[in-house]
Amino acid sequence: MNKVENGNHLTVDEIEIKLLLDAIFLKYGYDFRNYSRASIKRRITQHKTIAGYQKLSDLQHQILVEEPAFRKLLHDLSVNVTEMFRDPLFYKKFRTDIVPILQTYPFVRLWVAGCSTGEEVYSLAIILYEEGLRERCQIYATDLNESVLKRAKTGIFPISKIKEYTTNYIQAGGSEQFSDYYTARYDSAIMKKFLKDKIVFSSHNLAIDGVFNEMQVVTCRNVMIYFNRKLQNRVVTLFRDSLCTGGFLCLGKKETMKFLSCEKDFIEIADQERIYRKHKS
Amino acid sequence: MNRQPKAIVLGVSTGGWQALNRTIPELPEHFPVPLITVQHMASSSDNILVKTLDQASHLTVKEADEKETLNKGTVYIAPANYHLMVEKNMTLSLSTGQPVNFSRPSIDVLFETAADAFGASLIGVLLTGASKDGSLGMLRIKNRGGLTIVQDPKTAAAPLMPQSAIDLIEADYVTGLDELANLLVELTC
Ligand SMILES: C[S@@+](CC[C@H](N)C(=O)[O-])C[C@H]1O[C@@H](n2cnc3c(N)ncnc32)[C@H](O)[C@@H]1O
Repeated sequence: MNKVENGNHLTVDEIEIKLLLDAIFLKYGYDFRNYSRASIKRRITQHKTIAGYQKLSDLQHQILVEEPAFRKLLHDLSVNVTEMFRDPLFYKKFRTDIVPILQTYPFVRLWVAGCSTGEEVYSLAIILYEEGLRERCQIYATDLNESVLKRAKTGIFPISKIKEYTTNYIQAGGSEQFSDYYTARYDSAIMKKFLKDKIVFSSHNLAIDGVFNEMQVVTCRNVMIYFNRKLQNRVVTLFRDSLCTGGFLCLGKKETMKFLSCEKDFIEIADQERIYRKHKS
Repeated sequence: MNRQPKAIVLGVSTGGWQALNRTIPELPEHFPVPLITVQHMASSSDNILVKTLDQASHLTVKEADEKETLNKGTVYIAPANYHLMVEKNMTLSLSTGQPVNFSRPSIDVLFETAADAFGASLIGVLLTGASKDGSLGMLRIKNRGGLTIVQDPKTAAAPLMPQSAIDLIEADYVTGLDELANLLVELTC
């Protein structure tokens, strides 16, 4: 027997987490094996405690035999925190530097990958509407998590957030009445229907699914920070292959193409806002 | 502590910049470990503070980047609005998950992941703050065999944070800010 490749350097906890992630993948097809370990471990351990399991192996058995137990774990594994016009300066840059180029295309396809509950998608839809691009564009908004997609489709956000979103909207260079974009009802703000017209929400898993159309813009913000290098490389390759020549890739504020396999295929056009453009090769 | 430390994690809240400004510039150029810091910040505009501290120090002081590999003699400061975590392979990860103890970045998140990554080869330092963040992180460090240093609450601009830790664990060192840099040098160099 070859003993060189064994897991001696792993603690029992780490082995059990690895087994749990394998179990999830084998049974349900969700692939968390290449997510950043520290974060995933923290979330699993928290779930174990809150859900009242004694051991990780108990949790593993339970999610294998009871899908609802798995759904609960899945819920606790995802980080879905998002907001409208998050990092306002990014949206400002989008308006000033990307929109004028999009205006030269007869038709524009945008892909918001990892859209969570949709705040980012509606923010982009507002800008495209204000810049007169609405009729000529199609937004694909995807996430691996079906339950956040359901909420994204409704376009209903807590009214308590509206003040913050209005401030963000103005900082992002918005000059209309933000209140024109939603209807207030009890404690909800419901996004107006015309914003939804050009959005298709659908499930897509960046760890396993492939290219589905040619895009002029891909935004994938605050998603890749949860992935290890290997998965990050897979995902940027997927984006490169999805983008037309001259297409734009927008990452989160603390994400970068630096050191990734496709770095050479892109030019950085806004370093603070993390906007990249695919080379004319 | 039975092993040469691989890293220091440091958490500080209210009164934090003053505390960092008194400690980090005192550390010598060839400081042999990375120092990873969470300072509860109001906003990302504090980048200027990182630059100021960098200019005043022998060590490189920078905002932590995603997937960055830890280097000795470098001080990493968590960016505003992100949790900062340490991976076993000596790299850093960020997350935009919910605030913990009303804070993002949270000291507990950094300390707990660092304790898991480095075990006994870690030093945890908890300084001034009007928060209870960091106590559970210190407990984890202690349980994994790491070394714990808490600022003497009597000397802290805001005593709640160090006091909460002292109530929870028996810290290896309770010290004033004046002695902190020297202590860190003694323990690592
Ligand atoms: C922190 S949210 C980011 C939301 C939004 N893009 C923003 O920046 O505000 C991360 C999202 O990525 C999604 N996600 C994580 N892994 C994914 C994967 N493999 N494929 C697709 N989406 C994924 C999560 O479900 C979550 O909704």
